[in-house]
Amino acid sequence: MREVVILGVSMTKFGISELSMKEMFAQAALEALEESNIEARDLEALLIGNVLGVFEESQGNIAPLLGAEIGIRNDAPTTRFEGACASATVAIRHGALMVASGIYDIVMVGGTERTTIMGTPLATKTFAMGSHSEYERFAGITFPGVFGMLAHQYSRKYGIPLQDLKKSMAQVAVKNHDNGSLNPHAHFQKKITIDTVLESPMIADPLQLYDCCPFSDGAAALVVADATKFKGQVSKPVYFIGTGQGTAGTIYSQKDITRIVSREASIKEAYKQASIGPKDVDVCELHDCFTIAEIVASEGLGFFEYGKGAAAADHGDTSRKGKIPINPSGGLKAKGHPIGATGAAQAYEIVKQLRGECGERQVEGAKVGLVDTLGGDLCTACHLIFRR
Amino acid sequence: MKEYSLTYNQFKQGLREGKLLALKCLNCGNFTTPPNGVCSYCGSLKLETNTISNKGRIKTFTVIRVGPSGFDTPYIVAMVELADGPWVMGNVIGFDTEKADMNLIGKEVTVGHKFFPPDEYEGGIEGLTLTFRLTD
Repeated sequence: MREVVILGVSMTKFGISELSMKEMFAQAALEALEESNIEARDLEALLIGNVLGVFEESQGNIAPLLGAEIGIRNDAPTTRFEGACASATVAIRHGALMVASGIYDIVMVGGTERTTIMGTPLATKTFAMGSHSEYERFAGITFPGVFGMLAHQYSRKYGIPLQDLKKSMAQVAVKNHDNGSLNPHAHFQKKITIDTVLESPMIADPLQLYDCCPFSDGAAALVVADATKFKGQVSKPVYFIGTGQGTAGTIYSQKDITRIVSREASIKEAYKQASIGPKDVDVCELHDCFTIAEIVASEGLGFFEYGKGAAAADHGDTSRKGKIPINPSGGLKAKGHPIGATGAAQAYEIVKQLRGECGERQVEGAKVGLVDTLGGDLCTACHLIFRR
Repeated sequence: MKEYSLTYNQFKQGLREGKLLALKCLNCGNFTTPPNGVCSYCGSLKLETNTISNKGRIKTFTVIRVGPSGFDTPYIVAMVELADGPWVMGNVIGFDTEKADMNLIGKEVTVGHKFFPPDEYEGGIEGLTLTFRLTD
């Protein structure tokens, strides 16, 4: 496999957008091209994450239209990837593997999504379409519901009283909002307290509003290239050194959902490819769609023992100056969660961290960074590892 | 063409007749339900349809307070481990949502079912969920 380099990266400010999905993507993509010192006509392919365009803007068939927005060549294939919230991460993985394997020398990867125009009831309904349409959906299960069940299972399995676990979960929200307050691209740039979380409305027991990430709009794009052919193209190259992707079925068939099997399979492969282990990771952007999700991810990625992730959050081990800085961007919780763009924004943050361009939220001296994204009812997990 | 072992319509018909159907794996012995193309445990295609016990115990739950359009909140979603092994998901019914707490975990339930008329984008297919009623 060839060495793969990330050239330019860009993302829009996440939040509520007046711009369409195509317009947001064009903004991010054109800036990423400029940062890469190339033009759209140099790209050999576009791989894009988008989940609910059909419901959001009645926009299907989005990939070629996004390519046309930025002036991609007629002989460059454009393809949409859909893996629920992991869509963009899966698109990046496949783009990077195509470059690594020599099929293309330079491609653009990214994602775009405009969830907020659906409104909460339709957004909740369409997000839930990630569940099994015959055997799960009519129970009225929602994503917060899945992670609510996970939190109760975690509390029981590890003998942690629910009230104690909820304080650890709230601590995750406080930390991620603290990080988000330093990120000009974040949907929410305000600090909160434990009480903000514990006094917020209940969404899906035991998850309260501030345990949940928001619905957001946004886009992000990265240019991925063969490191040899594009040597010297940018002043701060960041290298793509490993990836994994894992799969699981319905949530009920997974049984013990405190251990996310798709993630465990995927990260094992990614660490192996990168020839590293969890101790070598300096900074991590992981899938904190809900506060409990960050706690179990921090265990599944090997940073903490199973059942110890909640205590690690309490001790500040995941803060910017902690043992393993997690979600310095603010994570999905504060930066926002435009589902089909989320993985690309996670990769954006890691690339910027490894370049040392994150200002006040910079993790000092970060050399190796990890992206972790989860899609569906714990069904798809995808990982990307980068180094400078 | 391979015959699909136990279709959605066959599974529903079983429920209508008061039977909880499952696929018994002739390779590993485990039961898969709701149905799947192959055994959920070992991937074997050697499956036979059996009626299994409709008793189980709640393993985890949540109370949905913000639901998808078309669902009246609040309601309880739970995962139940059936006496014969498989875990299933459905709604706890006949129980006050405001009394739902960690004490629900471990409670024995009887599995029933509920049908839903087809909604938009659902291909005219009647929906289905399993229901759980506490036995004690």
